[in-house]
Amino acid sequence: MTEAATRQAPKVAKKKLQGYVGFANYPNQVHRRSVKKGFNFTLMVVGEAGIGKSTLINTLFNTRVFPDKDESTIGETRRGVEISSMSAEIQENGVRLRLTVVDTPGFGDSINNDDCWQPILENIESRFDAYLTQENRVNRSKISDNRIHALIYLIKPTGHALRAIDIEFMKRMHTKVNLIPVITKSDTLTQDELVGFKSRIIADINYHGIQIFKPQWESFEDPEVINENKDMLSKIPFAVIGSDKIIEKPDGNRVRGRLYPWGIIEVENEKHNDFIKLRKMLVCTHMEELKDVTDSILYENHRSQKLVTMGHEQDNTVFREYNPTAQMEEERSVHEARMSKMESEMTAVFQQKVQEKESKLKQSEEELYARHKEMKQVLEKQRQELEEKKKRLDSQTRPITPLDKKQKKGLFNLS
Amino acid sequence: MERKFLKRGMNFNIILVGESGMGKTTLVNTIFAGHLVDSQGRRTVQGPQRKTTEIVPTTQVIEENNVTLRLTVVDTPGFGDQTNNEGCWVPVIKYIKDQHAAYLERELKPQRERSINDTRVHACLYFLNPGSKGLRPIDIEVLKRLTEVVNVIPVLAKADSTTVEERAAFKKRIKEELAMQRIQAYPYPSEEDDEEDIALNNKIKELSPFAVVGSENVFNENGAPVRGRRHAWGIINVDNPEHCDFVHLRNFMLRTHLYDLIEVTAQRHYESFRTQQLRQIKEMRAAQAQNATQMAQQQQQIQPGATLFKQQA
Repeated sequence: MTEAATRQAPKVAKKKLQGYVGFANYPNQVHRRSVKKGFNFTLMVVGEAGIGKSTLINTLFNTRVFPDKDESTIGETRRGVEISSMSAEIQENGVRLRLTVVDTPGFGDSINNDDCWQPILENIESRFDAYLTQENRVNRSKISDNRIHALIYLIKPTGHALRAIDIEFMKRMHTKVNLIPVITKSDTLTQDELVGFKSRIIADINYHGIQIFKPQWESFEDPEVINENKDMLSKIPFAVIGSDKIIEKPDGNRVRGRLYPWGIIEVENEKHNDFIKLRKMLVCTHMEELKDVTDSILYENHRSQKLVTMGHEQDNTVFREYNPTAQMEEERSVHEARMSKMESEMTAVFQQKVQEKESKLKQSEEELYARHKEMKQVLEKQRQELEEKKKRLDSQTRPITPLDKKQKKGLFNLS
Repeated sequence: MERKFLKRGMNFNIILVGESGMGKTTLVNTIFAGHLVDSQGRRTVQGPQRKTTEIVPTTQVIEENNVTLRLTVVDTPGFGDQTNNEGCWVPVIKYIKDQHAAYLERELKPQRERSINDTRVHACLYFLNPGSKGLRPIDIEVLKRLTEVVNVIPVLAKADSTTVEERAAFKKRIKEELAMQRIQAYPYPSEEDDEEDIALNNKIKELSPFAVVGSENVFNENGAPVRGRRHAWGIINVDNPEHCDFVHLRNFMLRTHLYDLIEVTAQRHYESFRTQQLRQIKEMRAAQAQNATQMAQQQQQIQPGATLFKQQA
């Protein structure tokens, strides 16, 4: 099928323009339209309690998306994983972003965390399903995209390797969502410990075949962009700290950071942590790619699986291009194939019948032969009998003398 | 008596309980100023993924100023590391009780040794997660059970990720939760304490849980060797009381309360274990005796019946 398609694809000719036409303005039109429409981005954050989910989100978007945790929840034990989402509309340079952050409090907090990913997986899939139903509606003018575009998974900075719950969760989620693993509270690890920790995490991820989101680049892009992407890739998983407090440094600068007795760690200092890189990847450079991957790969996979399980069968013939001569040839060949098949069938039947008849004839021949032999025997016997009779008669018709008669009588008396 | 003490030396056994990656091994190596134990964390992809809590005791003999200390450090790799952590404390409790049982057995023997080798666990360092805003469900479960059999000293692990305010808030929260759940951590108030002891205990209670940072690395800061952790934004000095409570913990455990820990283990935990065991044995014996009398009664009932039978016959 593909061969036929490529053979028939129209040849693309590169033509040189002789004047300015103006369709190079197309990207700007797209830009203006999308800025007018605004963007939306849905992010899910998963991690244990106290690992820094809310602080990270607040720091990333420089907005208090999540309010401070209530201190009066002493002794309250949460059962199971809850899903709570918060939306905020933020604006920067005239560009509006409708940001939805989905929080998952209760993940990994119980003693038995065997199924703590189940509610999260269900939530992601239900968002896909909701989009699917919207797509299949009759009136599709207003589709709202609630699908999760990226899932930030927060890793505890133990310094050893991934924990069992981390591996389990990522294995179950990586085919449904863009996974971005992030190490939080990274100020607890020194530079060497961090390097070792990251390499062990990557080793674990590769060993278990987990697909995390990696920035891709094309060979035709700017070398600057490529270098940036390569740099980003080398730092994955990002090790960040979050802070929404502003500290005044000894030299007078006011920065976002954390104040310790031994020093100040700055959120936006690349030497201190990878926060800048994470923000760049998530918001500046790869937001569109995240959305694209969600839509084209993850969502489509889910859709195909869902429809197949619902009973729809894949009919690949609708993908072929329509071509009359090819079609006629195909029809003819199909017809011929059918004819030859019928022919062979008929000959087979004919032969079979012939064989049957032959065997029958043979059988009757044998029967006849047997009967013939029998009759011959009977005839032989009769002939012998007749000959004997004849002999007897011959012996009887000898001239009879009186002696003979007496003798005969005597013979007879004796007998 | 002091000379006998010096000659005999002491046994000190501590058990470390906490999830992997909390810094248990590093802390022990820091407290005893030497590389005594190796970390049991998973370092390779094919490394052991423990399915249950293992108990790994290591014994060392260390000496300082002619005082020998037979130190046993019991590590618990695998604790709290699985997705389903129900019952992960069972091997720990069992180990502690086994040590009590072993001591009891040797005590009850008709011919006792002159000095019984004390393997009972004298202290348990319980490592709390620095991030959680309080006690997690697993912490509550385990602490309730641990405080019944051993002296529990709660410790705030990896304190270098907490600012001073966060630490204070965390400590306050933990103390409130411990009180609410009726969990009694060491040190325990006692009537025979004098004023000095009470003051000391109060100070320790205030600092509890100790926010510690451990390190075996030594750096050069301003010419002086400093044990600590070096970051791009500063060096954490383990021995600096302003940076962390390590010094307080070490002094408390070794310099002031070492004897008390051993004694309280013997007096409080061991005795309660012993009482339980003896009571159980008594109950068992009583049950056996009851069974025996029941059987005897039944026999008697049969006996008159038998004589009746004989008469009839």
